[in-house]
Amino acid sequence: MTKWNEDVSIVLCGEAGQGIQTVEHILTRTLKLSGYHVFSTQEVMSRIRGGSNSTLIRVSSRRVASFVDRIDLLIPFSPGAVKHLVNRISPETILLGEKKIYGNEYQGTRDIDVPLSEVALQVGSLIYSNTVAVGVLSGLLSVDPQILSDSLRTHFSGKEQETMNKNLEAAKRGYALGRDLLRNGKIHIEIQKTPDISNEIILDGNEALALGAVSGGCNFVPFYPMSPSTGVALFLAQHAKELGILVEQAEDEISAINMVIGAWYAGARAMASTSGGGFALMAEGLSLAGMVESPAVIHIGQRPAPATGLPTRTEQGDLLFALYAGHGEFPRVIFAPGTIEDAFTLTQRAFNLADKYQIPVFLLTDQYLLESHYNFPALDPSLIKLENHFVKTDPEYKRYLFTESVISPRGIPGFGEGLVVLDSDEHDEEGHITENLDIRTKMVDKRLRKLDQLQGEIIPPELVGPQKYETLVIAWGSNYHVVIEAMHKLGKEGVAFLHFNQVYPLHPETVSYLQRAQTTVLIENNATAQFGQVIELQTGCKLDKKILKYNGAPFSVEEIERSLKSFLN
Amino acid sequence: MDKKLFDMKDLDIAWCPGCGNFAILTALKEALTELELKPEKLVMVSGIGQAAKAPHYFKCNFFNGLHGRSLPAAVAIKASNPQLTVIAESGDGCTYGEGGNHFVHTIRRNPDITHLVHNNMVYGLTKGQASPTSQHGFKTPVQTEGVFPESFNPLALAISLDASFVARAFAGDIEQTKHIIKKAVLHKGYALVDILQPCVTYNKLNTFKWFKENTANLEESHNPHDRMEAFRKATEGEKLPLGIFYLHPKPIFEEELVAYRENREPLYLRRPDLTKVVNIIDSKRGI
Repeated sequence: MTKWNEDVSIVLCGEAGQGIQTVEHILTRTLKLSGYHVFSTQEVMSRIRGGSNSTLIRVSSRRVASFVDRIDLLIPFSPGAVKHLVNRISPETILLGEKKIYGNEYQGTRDIDVPLSEVALQVGSLIYSNTVAVGVLSGLLSVDPQILSDSLRTHFSGKEQETMNKNLEAAKRGYALGRDLLRNGKIHIEIQKTPDISNEIILDGNEALALGAVSGGCNFVPFYPMSPSTGVALFLAQHAKELGILVEQAEDEISAINMVIGAWYAGARAMASTSGGGFALMAEGLSLAGMVESPAVIHIGQRPAPATGLPTRTEQGDLLFALYAGHGEFPRVIFAPGTIEDAFTLTQRAFNLADKYQIPVFLLTDQYLLESHYNFPALDPSLIKLENHFVKTDPEYKRYLFTESVISPRGIPGFGEGLVVLDSDEHDEEGHITENLDIRTKMVDKRLRKLDQLQGEIIPPELVGPQKYETLVIAWGSNYHVVIEAMHKLGKEGVAFLHFNQVYPLHPETVSYLQRAQTTVLIENNATAQFGQVIELQTGCKLDKKILKYNGAPFSVEEIERSLKSFLN
Repeated sequence: MDKKLFDMKDLDIAWCPGCGNFAILTALKEALTELELKPEKLVMVSGIGQAAKAPHYFKCNFFNGLHGRSLPAAVAIKASNPQLTVIAESGDGCTYGEGGNHFVHTIRRNPDITHLVHNNMVYGLTKGQASPTSQHGFKTPVQTEGVFPESFNPLALAISLDASFVARAFAGDIEQTKHIIKKAVLHKGYALVDILQPCVTYNKLNTFKWFKENTANLEESHNPHDRMEAFRKATEGEKLPLGIFYLHPKPIFEEELVAYRENREPLYLRRPDLTKVVNIIDSKRGI
């Protein structure tokens, strides 16, 4: 019998609308409150009912923050669940549930019958099956029953008393089933708890990014809904009143980006949050920001494309798009947060940077980062000081004054006695339309030289592992944790990992990191090694090996471990 | 009242001699002067086209953005700082063609902005193609057999969307145009003023003379609070009526925003309340 004493991987799978996400929410928080480290991520279909959605919940004695293929315990809630996950089910996987629900097609030897639906019916309705499962898993993981019932009380606090009571009853009965499984030795889980972490926070990438935005002074969020980035605007809309910010659902993304630029012009701090398809509509507006030297913060939550692609799944396929979008030549900065904490910090920082250099700053995330959760100690918005770079104008004010630093002080209308004049045409120092070709050249230089000015603020890549290495593994954005865990498992000496939180412009140290390696291995969640192309273009260094994945799923620890092993042997 | 308050020196105006834009600019400047507005408290927002260049020719703050996109920027500017007077100004192609979707949804939002549309029924700056308001049968180098699609009726559309203020003026009557612009600026809520004007270079059908003969003031008896009547006036009759078609005072977008519920300060004066942010972060320690 398998004994889990470090880390157990639980997968819940059912149809859309069966409440898998509710189970995920209650369970991850309850387990964390009990002192377990948790990580969860979901893969869902682009539909409202039916299909097969699954959620992975890792429960561990150590910090966990990455996706694994491995399934230790599978709870199938629907007939299609087992088939849906067949590639991830191994002989070690235990199916917990009812064959009458998930069918007989899987001939596992280690299935354990747990009457989730029967118990739910005894309580009153099949809809309580989820809560029974929460109870079973809480029992198996020796959660304090008081913590479990407190969690449920909080979660169902807005519901009617009867709903609350039935859920409490369902959980209690499930809990007893879980305890029985432990007691009669059918499952053995004994994972060390760390009581100190019970007060940590659990957030997903969407929430962290939204909190980073408001910490950075963001007070205007015009958006058009699009998976997987809708969560950012949703979160901010729910807190808009309390935070005194403005969240407006625009008629389309074209409107949203023009609102962002209009808002910055009037002194607000605005952010556009979208996905690749929405950003495609914003390309013209991005170019406007470039021309009028408007700050802008643009979040692109990447998903597989072209076109509609796989709306609810993940990819890192829009890096080159973000880099080259917009007609004409103008500077930009692209951040790609590696962790949920980074999503917070980099978004906060993006607002200062955009304001200071009057440029668009991108946050490039993906569905995997945005919709994954794990626990960590805290987020501190006071670490980055808010910088406002606009000035009070005088009657002689010129918006595009040529200055030594190439940054013209940014006035806003109604603040001071000057006039703030802005034109999407080429313009003179005042901002008025011009066809003076000498001014044109000077203005292009002025805009592009901002890229030189911000060199000192580029975030260096993070080296994980030994300073002296033969093999250098390179990744960017959301693959941070998964690569680290895979390398840890691999335990090979002479291998280091270089992770980029900023993918454009690249930090000047990048070249020396690359030159110190005998072999470089690039890991990217796309088909054409887009970051590899950026590295080659910016540094002239060719990368040796590539591990690419583009089926819409995130990399798993096992996959990276396997691929790295094949390269290293 | 300083009559020269909005005047600029050494202008190199890109409009053709005799263009209706000159009259609209005059009417607008006079209206602003009579309303005693200050250039530094006024933001003009325009798109692209000959009409969209108007803000370059008088003293004001302005945001001359992208073709068709003046309204989203105008809405955002007003919402970011409701203390500013915001006027969007552009042509018929920019507003009703490229920016059609924004036109519809800005009316629905009802921000307190004025919207001036120079309507000469043709694309001027791109040299004479049909615009959404070109008349059926209007021949151009592109529409060689004459325009086939139905002519866009901005007033009827605005009334159908229950716009807060809907008017039509004719650049040939500067006094009336000024009068309507003043009413529009003073109106609380979205105010559309569609301003008919001749394009002396590319529209040989809808000339100054044609507009003179084919427009007529709304009767004194017209009740602008009667929506059905306003719609009838916008869709019927041989001559194009001039005047204020429809008025419907109603709640204003920026005043309804939760951001201004407890705090009237424009956004540029605000700093994030990090205590509140920390409280939200702390709420993530529980369920």
